[in-house]
Amino acid sequence: MRIGVVTFPGSLDDRDAARAIEHAGGTAVSLWHGSDNLKEVEAVVLPGGFSYGDYLRCGAIARFAPIMSSIIIAAEHGFPVLGICNGFQVLCEAHLLPGALTRNQGLHFLCRDQRLRIENNSTMWTNGFSLNQEVVIPLKNGEGSFQCDDETLKTLESGGQVIARYLGEDPNGSRDLIAGISNARGNVVGLMPHPEHAIDTLTGPSNDGLTFFTSVLHQLVGRA
Amino acid sequence: MNLDTVSQAQIDPDHVQPFRELGLKDDEYFRIKEILGRRPTSSELAMYSVMWSEHCSYKSSKVHLRQFGEKAPHSEALLVGIGENAGVVDIGQGYAVTFKIESHNHPSFVEPYQGAATGVGGIVRDILTMGARPIAVMDPLRFGLAQAPDTKRVLPGIVAGIGGYGNCLGLPNIGGEIVFDETYAGNPLVNALCVGVMRHEDIKLAKAHGTGNLVVLFGAKTGGDGIGGVSVLASETFNDAKPTKRPSVQVGDPFAEKVLIECCLEIFHEDLVVGIQDLGGAGLSCATSELASAGSGGMNIQLEKVPLRDPSLSPEEILMSESQERMCAIVEPSNINRFLAICKKWDVTATVIGEVTDGERLNITFNGELIVHVPPRTVAHEGPVYNRPFAEPDYIAKLAASTVDVPLPITAAEIKDAVLKLMASPNLADKTWVTSQYDRYVQGNTILAQPEDSGVVRIDEQTHLGVAISTDANARWSYLNPYEGAKLALAESCRNIATSGAKPLAVTNCLNFGSPEDPGVMWQFAETVRGLADACLELGLPVTGGNVSFYNQTGTVAILPTPVIGVLGVIQDVRERTPMGIAKAGLDLYLIGQAGENFSGSEWAYLHGVMGNQAPELNLDVEQRLINLLLEGQSIFESAHDVSNGGVAATLSEMVLRHKIGAKVSLENPAPTLFAETPGQVVVAIEPTSTNDLVALAGKFQIPILRIGTSGGENLIINDADISLVELNQAFTETFPKLFG
Repeated sequence: MRIGVVTFPGSLDDRDAARAIEHAGGTAVSLWHGSDNLKEVEAVVLPGGFSYGDYLRCGAIARFAPIMSSIIIAAEHGFPVLGICNGFQVLCEAHLLPGALTRNQGLHFLCRDQRLRIENNSTMWTNGFSLNQEVVIPLKNGEGSFQCDDETLKTLESGGQVIARYLGEDPNGSRDLIAGISNARGNVVGLMPHPEHAIDTLTGPSNDGLTFFTSVLHQLVGRA
Repeated sequence: MNLDTVSQAQIDPDHVQPFRELGLKDDEYFRIKEILGRRPTSSELAMYSVMWSEHCSYKSSKVHLRQFGEKAPHSEALLVGIGENAGVVDIGQGYAVTFKIESHNHPSFVEPYQGAATGVGGIVRDILTMGARPIAVMDPLRFGLAQAPDTKRVLPGIVAGIGGYGNCLGLPNIGGEIVFDETYAGNPLVNALCVGVMRHEDIKLAKAHGTGNLVVLFGAKTGGDGIGGVSVLASETFNDAKPTKRPSVQVGDPFAEKVLIECCLEIFHEDLVVGIQDLGGAGLSCATSELASAGSGGMNIQLEKVPLRDPSLSPEEILMSESQERMCAIVEPSNINRFLAICKKWDVTATVIGEVTDGERLNITFNGELIVHVPPRTVAHEGPVYNRPFAEPDYIAKLAASTVDVPLPITAAEIKDAVLKLMASPNLADKTWVTSQYDRYVQGNTILAQPEDSGVVRIDEQTHLGVAISTDANARWSYLNPYEGAKLALAESCRNIATSGAKPLAVTNCLNFGSPEDPGVMWQFAETVRGLADACLELGLPVTGGNVSFYNQTGTVAILPTPVIGVLGVIQDVRERTPMGIAKAGLDLYLIGQAGENFSGSEWAYLHGVMGNQAPELNLDVEQRLINLLLEGQSIFESAHDVSNGGVAATLSEMVLRHKIGAKVSLENPAPTLFAETPGQVVVAIEPTSTNDLVALAGKFQIPILRIGTSGGENLIINDADISLVELNQAFTETFPKLFG
């Protein structure tokens, strides 16, 4: 099962996302920002990092990369897309997900092992979790505060589109402690914490993150 | 534009030049004239002045640093030694590792964020230049008193700068130190270490060989930042209308560096360069003269081809600019198209600016006019060497004769108070406020990071091979006895490596001192180098490179002599690493090594304002046996933690707080055992069933062991002192947020 990982200039966790896909049993395929060729992958991960240095708004330039035009069209037809951290920011800029990620409330970059609750286990990327499962996944970003207007928030909450929420001390001032959301269809998921850094207890605080990747693989196998 | 050319210099030999303003001494200026047989052009003067500066030429330290070569132990592991951008060691399985530490002290005081950020950028380029992928960074930092107003300006800026740059490069920050002492007020120390990995066959060197090969400048465009003293020349030579007060601290662009890293690695992968050098201190002057000097000698450069951010820059400024994120490569003409294509893929600007010649001179022209015509070795490698006078300062004997009179906590209440006070003190308090601003996860190979004894990074996912890095310095011991202090720092760093389960392999160092023109400071420096060289020889560890930072002083007050020693270790299977935290109840706790009663230079003495007596004398034979014990016993240690700053009290506190699992400890002689600082000790936790194995190891390596307690519960209990982990954790964790927000 081929899953693509996009490398933008300034992507950092692209090789880590590829490793997580391989650990989950998939085949990671490297996709280049400057090409619109999805190389026949069946899902895509937009990895963490600082695309184009994020000197403008995070993800604002990456959103216009040739590869994104293919991803946007595919996503609108149900193609699974996971945006992690900077990838989440790119998805918001591309309007595949609502809202925006702004500077952390504490104004510092924050790296810590974050407790989360998985609140929707019916998306393509979370179906392997049990509902309300508590997990620990590294969070590391400077602009991870999820913001949106009241109406959007209501839609997200009532539609079950909040897929993960922060537990414990508020890390960044996100509305309703939102750590991750999906689109209404459940194929596009954005997540601020880094599941690719929680695939084994040797290099991460847990292996909880692996389930994001096994979820999509199961989904794709089931569909095929 | 009034261009000072070589022919101009020949016709007006008596033209007055501002060499003193550029930091050159009279005799140095005369030597330049002697070398050239004429006065230097303003461009040549600029080049010599920066390359002969203390920072670039090591003119005060060279005579001492030679000991690292003279006393070097035979090491099969050493692949590239001192003199290149960074040393390289063999860690087996065809992998080579390069690591180095450098200072960026002065810029970080002037402009904390950019100073610290570009410090990271510079050391990362040094590692990249060797052909390696950078895989981790570490930052030992030192500041004035934690509560001082200027520390509140400097520390947050420096931490944000290190994070801002390193995080954006995708390099995990796996450790370092933060130490406060009043002598660092006005002279904060920002040392940056980087480690990188490559295959043996991929090692690159900074050499320009092969007549006709092309000199390519690539990376960021050249701007007016980081020019420093050269603005003196600019304002002297040119009209006053142009901006001369450019920022002398460089401005970093981590995105440009990240792209440059990936671009370089792709170029290396296709083996497209003959030699490569990064542009750091002294910019293009340094890169061209060092490449030519280490190569066949001749090089022609057309300076007007250098892409500029600011078109008004003079040739002197272009030569001196320390704009970041630039590299200089020597490329065979047959490879140039492929080289440029890779640069284009990464949107990296690359320009051919010259070629290697079969001559013996570095010639630089500007729009066809010859402005530099020098033998490159005289610029890069044959600078002045000073035998500066040195003498033991008076304070040494005076302090040695003094006694350390500190309160000795004996009762339960006294011990509890002392532990809480110690763990809340800025030097020992939890550093999460700092380390949470650094990404420790990126690249997915971090096995251990701060606050562990050493940072451990996996090199190979299949074989589980990894490396461990630790940096240490105990400046108070170095102040009391610089010879012993250097040895103690090396021993501690090695012990940290072995405590995590890795075998020490090689050493790097960053020697931070006051003014070399002060004979007392120079003596501290000489003694430090002697001690480090002796200790490295005895432990069989090669010094692979390092950095000297002088002039860390305000007025007559120098910083404490601060040799930061970095040790690289290799661990065959990272899954076997030993973490510091106690992870479960029911383990037996042992103190390995001989407890002592020496409080001199200890944190406990520092908290009571007492500095005196003698640094502990180090027995390297004991240290070596302890290291062997730790390595052989690795499989029985559930956790292990070195005893250093804050003594056994701090070691135990850190072990129980890591996973909030307590311990009950009884000590016969609690005050010195807990609070004195004695080298050569480690606290370990083992399963009770491993007792016989530990006793056998202790016998084999003749190291004393003492069972001091068991793990479990929600308190740290020492004799009758009962400290709840909640209370201890609060004392430990609230200091930094209170101080820095």
